[in-house]
Amino acid sequence: MLSSLRRPSILPGFGFAFGITLAYLGLIVLLPLSALVLRASGLGVSGLWAIATEPRVLAALKVSFGLALAAATVNAVFGTIVAWVLVRYEFPGRRLLDAAVDLPFALPTAVAGIALASIYAPNGWVGSLVAPLGWKIAFTPLGIAIALVFVGLPFIVRTIQPVLLDLESDVEEAAATLGASRLRTLLQVVLPVLVPAILTGFALAFARGVGEYGSVIFIAGNLPFVSEIAPLLIVVKLEGFDYTGATAIATLMLGAAFLVLLAVNLIQAVARRRLGNV
Amino acid sequence: MSEIILDRQHAPDLGLAAKARAKIRTRRATPVTQDGPWLRAILVTLAAAFLLFFLVLPLVAVFYEALRGGIATYFAALTEPDALSAIQLTLTVAAIAVPMNVLFGIAAAWAIAKFDFKGKSFLVTLIDLPFSVSPVVAGLIYVLLFGAQGLFGPFLQAHHIQVIFAIPGIVLATVFVTFPYVARELIPLMESQGTLDEEVALTLGASGWTTFWRVTLPNIKWALLYGVLLCNARAMGEFGAVSVVSGHIRGYTNTMPLHVEILYNEYNIQAAFAVASLLALLALVTLATKTLLEIYFGENLGGKARRQ
Repeated sequence: MLSSLRRPSILPGFGFAFGITLAYLGLIVLLPLSALVLRASGLGVSGLWAIATEPRVLAALKVSFGLALAAATVNAVFGTIVAWVLVRYEFPGRRLLDAAVDLPFALPTAVAGIALASIYAPNGWVGSLVAPLGWKIAFTPLGIAIALVFVGLPFIVRTIQPVLLDLESDVEEAAATLGASRLRTLLQVVLPVLVPAILTGFALAFARGVGEYGSVIFIAGNLPFVSEIAPLLIVVKLEGFDYTGATAIATLMLGAAFLVLLAVNLIQAVARRRLGNV
Repeated sequence: MSEIILDRQHAPDLGLAAKARAKIRTRRATPVTQDGPWLRAILVTLAAAFLLFFLVLPLVAVFYEALRGGIATYFAALTEPDALSAIQLTLTVAAIAVPMNVLFGIAAAWAIAKFDFKGKSFLVTLIDLPFSVSPVVAGLIYVLLFGAQGLFGPFLQAHHIQVIFAIPGIVLATVFVTFPYVARELIPLMESQGTLDEEVALTLGASGWTTFWRVTLPNIKWALLYGVLLCNARAMGEFGAVSVVSGHIRGYTNTMPLHVEILYNEYNIQAAFAVASLLALLALVTLATKTLLEIYFGENLGGKARRQ
């Protein structure tokens, strides 16, 4: 039956490798995820809605989604600049900075979390600088946003970099020949080509930010209705043996993750058709 | 341009030819596509400041806080029994989870990259799925499956098997979050390499296994190492998913990141940062090896895919 679905090949081992892949994928990913969906379907749409609109849940979802959006926006701006500088300019320390971009991928989230909390706490390196101004960063939503900027940055930079590397300079030369200033060339010729990559990176950073837990909880303060994120609320509900509540929030977040994944695929499909890259 | 070409043709020795090439290079630099010095300076400063402030500062803080109370307290925090058992558990979990995902990654890449079949892109999307699931949700799904109130809970209890709040649960959660790393490094590379090498080996009479061991594996070894590196870093550092399934039992189900959390919440700040510094060191070693692999074997790492 399998052979009718695939093109013939003289290479052996398809059945074996494909079988392992499906079995492993099914056991580790699909079965557990369907346990969640099964449990959520027992709630029904109205049950899900009732939990999602509980004031504390709604507040946590707002904090998670709103701050992830804000952090992804900051990263979209600075990530684009970082990618441009790393690809187009030659300067001492470039390779080191390029390697540093991956730090949030490599550094365990809990480690990043306690480090950020200590820096931005009122007696920390940055916290003590802004404290005289009456500002507080750690244990407020601003602290959460900073942690989300930290974890999201590599997604944007690493999505834009390959597109910039592939970019031919002929359109820029044409723009310059036609009398456009360098700034105008950058904003009206280069930037539009980068938009699909920026949007893709933005979506990935946003999705990561919504689900982020480890690097956030130490700096967040975790005050219900103010600085409590949705993943933490899942943990809180689990610790109170409220499996239904935890399942409902998790299902909403999983749904959001699917939507983002869909959006990314859509952006890339459109970009491929219109620009032939990404 | 033509003058330079003439120069090159009549160049009597290598030295002159090299000079001509250097001349070409300077001539071919296109100033119109280069940003002005001011824009350059501003952007480089902005990018460097942003990276140093947001990424490097936290890393520095980890080591500063860890060593603040002196070397003796630093090592005392690392050699204390609970810390040692956390280190041991983290190593054990990684030693199980990483090989599992390596085997899966190679099998999946073999099936996906070397064969053409329907539903391939859907399969790839499914493999990428764990990347877009929140770590906490990843832990929760195993609780719903194997926890006391879970789907298989009654069965497991009847047979006195504990998965949640025990090591099997930690391993499962870790396997889930590190699931795609190896596969997604290998798939694009093996797709770009095609099947010609293997077909030649088979035609010359090699068996399937011999072909895999002697032809395919040497072709993908650097990308495999790259994937293992990233997979291992995530496996040892995973916090959210493991935190949900572990139950935080000191000396038994505490991994290093969980131990960091407990110490920190007990205001044992220096000990927390001491254990955290080990994880930060692991991250630095991972980054350094990764960068070296990209510099020396960049073309063997599967092009764009090496940028996660």
